[in-house]
Amino acid sequence: MTTENIQSATQHSFWNDTGKTGISSWIFSTDHKRIGLLYFYSTFGFFLVGVLLGLLIRIELMAPGRTIMGAQTYNALFTVHGVVMIFLFIIPGFQGSFGNLVMPIQIGARDVSFPRLNLFSWWIYMIGAVIVLASLFTGGGPPDTGWTFYVPFSARTGTNVSLAVLGVFVIGFSSILTGLNFVTTIHRLRAEGMTWWRLPLFTWSLYATAWIQILATPILAITLVLVAAERMLGTGLFDPSRGGDPVMYQHLFWIYSHPAVYIMILPAMGVISDIVPVFSRKPIFGYKMIAFSSLAIAAAGSLVWGHHMYTSGMSDTAVLVFSFLTFIVAIPSAIKVFNWVTTLYKGSISLEAPMLFGLSFILLFSIGGLSGLILGAAATDVHVHDTHFVVGHFHYVMFGGTGFAFFAAMHYWLPKFYGRRYAEKPAVVSWALMFTGFNVLYFTMQVLGMQGMPRRYYDYLPEFATLNLVATAGSWILAAGLVIMLVNLFRGLWWGAPFEGNPWGGATLEWSIPTPPPTENFIVEPVVTHGPYDFKGSGIP
Amino acid sequence: MNEHHHIISYGKLTGIWLALLLLTALTVGITRVELGGFKVLAALSIACLKAGLVIAVFMHMKYEGRLLRWLLFLTLVTLAIFIGFTFFDVLYR
Amino acid sequence: MSHAAHKDYAGAKLGMWLFLFTELLLFGGMFLLYAVYLKRYPEEFAAGGQQLNWIMGGANTVILLTSSLFAAMAVTAIQREERKRAVGLICGTILCAAGFMVIKYFEWSAKIGHGIYPGSEHLKAGPPGESVFFSLYYMTTGIHGLHVLIGGALLGWIATRVKAGAVHAGDFVLLENGALYWHLVDLIWIFIFPLYYLVL
Repeated sequence: MTTENIQSATQHSFWNDTGKTGISSWIFSTDHKRIGLLYFYSTFGFFLVGVLLGLLIRIELMAPGRTIMGAQTYNALFTVHGVVMIFLFIIPGFQGSFGNLVMPIQIGARDVSFPRLNLFSWWIYMIGAVIVLASLFTGGGPPDTGWTFYVPFSARTGTNVSLAVLGVFVIGFSSILTGLNFVTTIHRLRAEGMTWWRLPLFTWSLYATAWIQILATPILAITLVLVAAERMLGTGLFDPSRGGDPVMYQHLFWIYSHPAVYIMILPAMGVISDIVPVFSRKPIFGYKMIAFSSLAIAAAGSLVWGHHMYTSGMSDTAVLVFSFLTFIVAIPSAIKVFNWVTTLYKGSISLEAPMLFGLSFILLFSIGGLSGLILGAAATDVHVHDTHFVVGHFHYVMFGGTGFAFFAAMHYWLPKFYGRRYAEKPAVVSWALMFTGFNVLYFTMQVLGMQGMPRRYYDYLPEFATLNLVATAGSWILAAGLVIMLVNLFRGLWWGAPFEGNPWGGATLEWSIPTPPPTENFIVEPVVTHGPYDFKGSGIP
Repeated sequence: MNEHHHIISYGKLTGIWLALLLLTALTVGITRVELGGFKVLAALSIACLKAGLVIAVFMHMKYEGRLLRWLLFLTLVTLAIFIGFTFFDVLYR
Repeated sequence: MSHAAHKDYAGAKLGMWLFLFTELLLFGGMFLLYAVYLKRYPEEFAAGGQQLNWIMGGANTVILLTSSLFAAMAVTAIQREERKRAVGLICGTILCAAGFMVIKYFEWSAKIGHGIYPGSEHLKAGPPGESVFFSLYYMTTGIHGLHVLIGGALLGWIATRVKAGAVHAGDFVLLENGALYWHLVDLIWIFIFPLYYLVL
């Protein structure tokens, strides 16, 4: 079937084979690849907005005192940076873009189970995004609560929290629908021979992610409804003077938002599990354990939300229990890291752009994960809670982890869907710059946090000035690398040399079909006879 | 459609409905008796029984495959964990 | 590859159940708050429950159970190709939904008439636990009522599809999924009723 599919590759692909072009053939398309690209460009666009806001925050923090903006603007900026990055980019990003682009092909399906619902998800994502953006320019101005919307401040501030919360609620709905669509698809539409133990690990990770989306997101939805009710109806459910309990808000918020961290990181881990064996020319080590650890992370991640609340006034018993449970998450995460590294061992490693981004994921995620243990242990957390150590930690996991994996996925899969390639050398240069800038920026932040610099503060003591300047310089190196990467990647995808066949020798199904794929992916219905990393079995040299 | 669909008779559905009404009456009755803290427990147990009947017969879960049952179980366990673990804080504060 | 639309019946039902799971968790968040605050304010919750009209609540329980029966019967009817009866039964469900909302309206307006609503002076002056009880009561029954409205509208649309013959014994997953949604609405009420009206 493999050769048949490749041989029938013609000029016809999902870009033109339906005969429909123009904007409406995209924004009303139910083709998972077109929806994937819609998601990619919208989420990545918001990523760039978030980057810009982040750079502005760093410029403000470059020196003590006022640098370029007032304190209220600064509060709005870090709030919007957080909301945009978390809710508009990183949560919907991976699932929406690469999940949609690749997953149905990886399981040998023509599309997802509910294609129209899939399109609807993108639409409500966009509506939610517009509402969030509208909250910046209407009412009392952009929200200034931080992305966590903590009560009592979020219930009282005059800024436009209600609208922002509504926007996030709508986006949550989109996330739920994508999740249930993917779970149904993976259960129902696997091709003949595509058994559970032949699923590519990216698909496995999407499956685990989708479950978190289904089971955790509704809690966020109800929490946000309650905050809005607190503001508009005066329910007082989180107001101590009326018998409410603000700590309950934190419980509800983190019941969603901690598992949401795994919505953000699991697909990234899946990409790495797909990339590492391909560029090591070796079957993945411990396939079943990696698949299982995705589910284990999803499960264990739902038990540990309390570790965000050690200093909230929660009971000591709860601190103890949640601290203990937090360390359980380290086990499946470490299983993954060890298995990736073992896959590399004695492999024939080729250091091309996707692999470079992939390898830096492993390192940066490990640093982020280990600093997470410092925060997971209650005793040490009390000292670094709400400092720049936390900011450094979650950027290592979210940006160094998911962000770099996203770049890896962009270099690995986008050429497949465009049929054109980027230039390798500038890609490597951009990677080197970003990797350097990233560490200069965020490692410095962790040191600053250890020294006691609090997060979300507009001003700071003069002794933090040098390191803050270093961090800001790092942010510029990072941004320079990002610009080079984008220019090179998109110039390649639009005007670059043709990208054909299976240049890296991947054994998953997406590499067995024409480039770019036709609308229904497979010319003949695939019958799967080998595992996703069985390079020998699929006849790849 | 090659899948087999079980048809539940009107009689059986009506029987379940009568049972649900009886259990509702029982709940009202039981909460009027002085039981102290057990009142909530008793009322909730009956509610769970009623929910079980609705899910099993009205929602056809009794006639579904194992997959849906397991997934429902997973969901309920998750909810129980969310509520239960919060009490590590609430009970010992 | 054939272009014939292959209807994945089990997939459609799986998708619906997954959606119901999200609804369970949504209300689960409200029940979580209820559990926590009941533990903190047992007396105030009992006092609050006593102020609710359990006869109206009980009537609504009977109405919803009956509506659920009709919905389940409608599925049986369509499986037996009794289209007219199926439409009639769905309309019965919708009538019950309307009755439920009417009773709810009288119940809410009576309470609001007594100055009991979120943020009211009466509740602000009273014990804090009571304010929490009524805020939770309004939020939970409010969101539940919204689901009744959505479910009723959904079933109304499905009734027109059944009438048009688009839903029949060979393909009734739309009706089955609509009924599933309706049963969920009933299911939630089965817990709301004892927790709010009967914690005397």
